[in-house]
Amino acid sequence: MDALFFWIFAVIMIVSSVLVVGQRNPMYSVLLLIVSFAALSGLYVLLNAPFMAVLQIIVYAGAIMVLFLFVVMLLNVSSEEQEGNDKKPRFVIGPGPRRFGAVLAVVLAVQLIWALRTIAEAPFADDGSVPTTVRDIGLRLFREYAFAFEATSILILVAMVGAVILARKER
Amino acid sequence: MDSTLIAHLVVIGFTFFMLLNSAAVLVLMERKVAAFVQQRLGPNRVGPWGAMQPLADIIKLVMKEELRPKGADTFLFYLAPILCAVAAFAAFSVVPFGADTDFFGLLDAPIKLVAADVNVGVLALFAITSMGVYGIVLAGWASNSKYSLLGGLRSSAQMISYELSFALSLASVVMLAGSLSLNDIVNAQSGYWFGFIPKWYIFLQPIGFFIFMTAAVAETNRAPFDFPEAEQELVAGYHTEYSSMTFALFFMAEYIAMATMSAVAVNLFLGGWHGPFLPTWLGWIWFLAKVFLLLFFYIWMRWTLPRYRYDHLMEFGWKWLLPAATINLLVTAGVVLWMGW
Repeated sequence: MDALFFWIFAVIMIVSSVLVVGQRNPMYSVLLLIVSFAALSGLYVLLNAPFMAVLQIIVYAGAIMVLFLFVVMLLNVSSEEQEGNDKKPRFVIGPGPRRFGAVLAVVLAVQLIWALRTIAEAPFADDGSVPTTVRDIGLRLFREYAFAFEATSILILVAMVGAVILARKER
Repeated sequence: MDSTLIAHLVVIGFTFFMLLNSAAVLVLMERKVAAFVQQRLGPNRVGPWGAMQPLADIIKLVMKEELRPKGADTFLFYLAPILCAVAAFAAFSVVPFGADTDFFGLLDAPIKLVAADVNVGVLALFAITSMGVYGIVLAGWASNSKYSLLGGLRSSAQMISYELSFALSLASVVMLAGSLSLNDIVNAQSGYWFGFIPKWYIFLQPIGFFIFMTAAVAETNRAPFDFPEAEQELVAGYHTEYSSMTFALFFMAEYIAMATMSAVAVNLFLGGWHGPFLPTWLGWIWFLAKVFLLLFFYIWMRWTLPRYRYDHLMEFGWKWLLPAATINLLVTAGVVLWMGW
């Protein structure tokens, strides 16, 4: 039963993730990404980590993607413009950035293959060493990883202050 | 099939059925209370005391023509109301509405009166309600109409702003109960202080309750926070272009979301099915009575208070409600730590 659900979620996740990139309409891209997150949260449930599953939905699908959708709607980009119809060389779609992107893609693919090969050897089952309950995760987060946690929050604060300064209009 | 499985299926079916009916009952209740507030009679032609009015409304809605604006995104246009309704129904699945029961000895072990007993119930509820905003945003965008788009945008901004205070007020209750399961939270509220004050969290968390209810009204887009569908400015907001059954789905989702929010408030702050006089197995009567009271409060507020201005709403959400919720959370955490609960 678990295996069946695993395959269902895994297939949904991979297909929707591929379609996110393959889509020309940014609106559908955002929605497919949400579908992919939902499937990932299903996988977390199968791994006996309901807390992670719910967090995945609340933080990514519920908060971050709403902001994405907001931006897409406000900019009202109907679909990605075809290349070559613009005189000005743009930052993202040009010969230089494209080569850079190709290099990055190759690096990413190598990393992915390496990660998959290592993970196959790691223990997958729940042997009790992995914290899954809210209490366990909380204790670990605020004792062992307290510094990393606080550092992350300061990083986010810095990003927030930066965004406010960039968006501020001089009076 | 063993009897426990059947009992679970019965509970799930019953929850679904009652939610569907709650929308119909709420339509009648809204019209009757509105009439009462405005010193009118209200619907009184269909059936005795106008009680069949929701049925007439539904038949009228079903018979209407289904319209789709030119230039609308067909797939998303029809997906949006479905998303809204699904999120509204799914949110109630983690809300318990009665004490554990074995159905008068029919079952070997008592089961919980909840469609899905999730141990992270409060968070699951929060996750599902935050999915509901997609239905509204997509409806606004897919309709290809400026009123709908503005309604959808307003709604997403409003929901994001109030979700924070909503979550913080939930967190203080979770801290008091020491559990994320709604069942445990309700059971932590049984008993009395000094023999007569019920151990409800509303007495420990009056500010939390106020924040929760305010945020709940904003989350369900009800007056005085009904900006997404402010009819004087935006025709009907995100569902301007919808008609017939697709409109009915939005309508139903709103009422079911109201019922869910009231049920959650009852479970978190008003002691759920615990109350005096009645035996435990009749606790659902207390539950229904409290939910009914809160729903009346919802409708009463809609017909009494004028709508806020949009910038006031945002200012109130960020500058008053959020700091209040944060301070409330910190004080609660401090007291819980000090008292060693």
